[in-house]
Amino acid sequence: MRILHLAAPLALGLALAAAPAAAQKKYSPGASDSEIKVGNINPYSGPASAYGAIGKAIGAYFAKINDEGGINGRKITYITLDDGYSPPKAVEQTRRLVEQDQVLLVFQSLGTPSNTAIQKYLNGRKVPQLFVATGATKWGDPKGHPWTMGWQPNYQTEARIYARYLLENKPDAKVALLYQNDDYGKDYLKGFKDGLGAKASMIVAEASYEVTDPTIDSQMVTLKASGADTFFNITTPKFAAQAIRKAHDIDWKPLHFLNNVSNSVGSVLTPAGLDKAVGLVSSYYLKDPTDPQWADDPGYKDWLAWMKKYNPDGNLTDTFNVFGYSAAQTLVQVLKQCGDDLTRENVMKQAASLKGLSQPMLLPGVKINTGPDDFYPIEQMQLMRFNGKTWELFGTPIGG
Amino acid sequence: MEAFLHQVLSGLATGGIYAIVALALVMIYQATHLVNFAQGEMAMFSTYLAWTMIDAGLPYWGAFAGTVALSFALGIAIERIVIRPVGNAPVLAVVIVFIGLLVILNSVAGWIYTYTIKSFPSPFPGGSVLGGYLSRHELGVMGVTLGVLLLLFLFFRFTPLGLAMRAAAQNPVSSRLVGIRVGWMLALGWGLAAAIGAVAGMMVAPIVFLDPNMMAGILLYGFAGALLGGIDNPAGAVAGGLAVGVLENLSGAYLVGTELKLTVALVLIVGVLVVRPSGLFGRVLVNRV
Repeated sequence: MRILHLAAPLALGLALAAAPAAAQKKYSPGASDSEIKVGNINPYSGPASAYGAIGKAIGAYFAKINDEGGINGRKITYITLDDGYSPPKAVEQTRRLVEQDQVLLVFQSLGTPSNTAIQKYLNGRKVPQLFVATGATKWGDPKGHPWTMGWQPNYQTEARIYARYLLENKPDAKVALLYQNDDYGKDYLKGFKDGLGAKASMIVAEASYEVTDPTIDSQMVTLKASGADTFFNITTPKFAAQAIRKAHDIDWKPLHFLNNVSNSVGSVLTPAGLDKAVGLVSSYYLKDPTDPQWADDPGYKDWLAWMKKYNPDGNLTDTFNVFGYSAAQTLVQVLKQCGDDLTRENVMKQAASLKGLSQPMLLPGVKINTGPDDFYPIEQMQLMRFNGKTWELFGTPIGG
Repeated sequence: MEAFLHQVLSGLATGGIYAIVALALVMIYQATHLVNFAQGEMAMFSTYLAWTMIDAGLPYWGAFAGTVALSFALGIAIERIVIRPVGNAPVLAVVIVFIGLLVILNSVAGWIYTYTIKSFPSPFPGGSVLGGYLSRHELGVMGVTLGVLLLLFLFFRFTPLGLAMRAAAQNPVSSRLVGIRVGWMLALGWGLAAAIGAVAGMMVAPIVFLDPNMMAGILLYGFAGALLGGIDNPAGAVAGGLAVGVLENLSGAYLVGTELKLTVALVLIVGVLVVRPSGLFGRVLVNRV
């Protein structure tokens, strides 16, 4: 015991003495000469646990980076905790990451409710809440929340892209909208109306639904009766499948835009019936691993090799594994740019200085751009149409 | 006018779902005089059992019969293992047990089968009738609901077992004195309710897709239907369920807007409880003191 008592002040003294020698190297908690601690929360249990694949993919990518020598000689220690998609649990786990595990930053925390719950805490403690895994538009607010940044294209951007497509290709369309009555649905709605601008009168009918509604049949009947020839389907997977099927059953054949929240072939279009989904239009920014056109693409081949070696339990058809892989690559780029200045301030500064970054599993032409006033990394998407088997991309990536 | 008719028919179709769930609620209420909040999750779980059997290659009707039988047995097991020990506890304790069951069944289903939606086959041919207003499946659901209602009526009215069950629920002490095994009658009530729930689940799943949260919203509307028709009256519950479906659609489309559809159901529940607790077709119970 006595020795320990002595050792503590001694170590402190040594550390103080060593400080001037390491003047160029600057660290916040969670970073050192040998490691960078990255925290993450994900729903590994509960209703949204399908998203847990993202958290696992991120860990698998960091394992690859560590095997290749780490970032500027430092290994990534990845601590990922389960919040069950529950905001109070998210706060508890985030506090654990910051106060007990002492992470440098929280990366890709998942879900709009969870991120909303932890945003104030992380901004108050000045801990980066970097590249959050949600499509809400509110994450790009450098003035109000300088420690929070999104990653994927946000809902409003996506909705503006559809609006732009309509204005250019079907300017006399009569549009009907179905949206979930919450922040997510209203985000899309706002983006779409902003995108139409002066031509917002193209919208002839709007109907909302609650997540507690058993079916949306009544809404679909109302929307069809409006005489609309274009339908923007802003729904989560279960309701998207219902809407696609109901439109077919009541013989309504509008130009049907499906938000990319629900464009999974396996978990939405297949249950709805692939024949009923022919002609749907949606958009995306990542390479779909099931799309045969990427079979010989070097980016896809690297991804496949990584999946087999580092994420063997992961599903090869699941785009979440592409999502986690690509988001982790963006973080690795940021940490590389940080060099030896691994302070939380510099992490945010470097995250806000990404210029024209393209990544192997982003669609060709989609570039990551950020700046001190631009906290929206990805803002381009490409439209695609469903042919009964797979999504077919058309046109070029466009911004909102 | 066409849209109005369409709303009414589509409301009847959804009402058919509420009606069959209401029927299961009434069943358990008749046996125990309690409302089982886990009814929806039990039905959901049974539907997953059916899905597993169909996925394993069983024909639809084989899986259907197997699921009904298995659910019947599981219902009895739940009564024997979980409900019986709290038989003499205050009502609140029993309600907590029901809610516990709800959460457990929901999480176990999510854990085993994941939360991604699954399509569930319908026993009825595809396509629609009445000029595209109703799908054959929706029409079939109403037929099945009426069929189950008829079977229940025959069972309770004309079989000695049905009589014994009614007696055990209404006057346990006297029933025991005339030799009815009251405990087993309760268990049987649970079994029957679980079996009806299984039928309900298998009828609902092709419409709303199968996922662990499939019954959450439906149970609420089913409850409103059961209360409206009278919680102790099977025929009333079916009528109530259909009425709630139509009312929900019409008020959503023409009166209060889609945002307040759920509120309509809740107002209905509170309204019935305040104005006429026995429901439209229920008997008014008078207790002699």
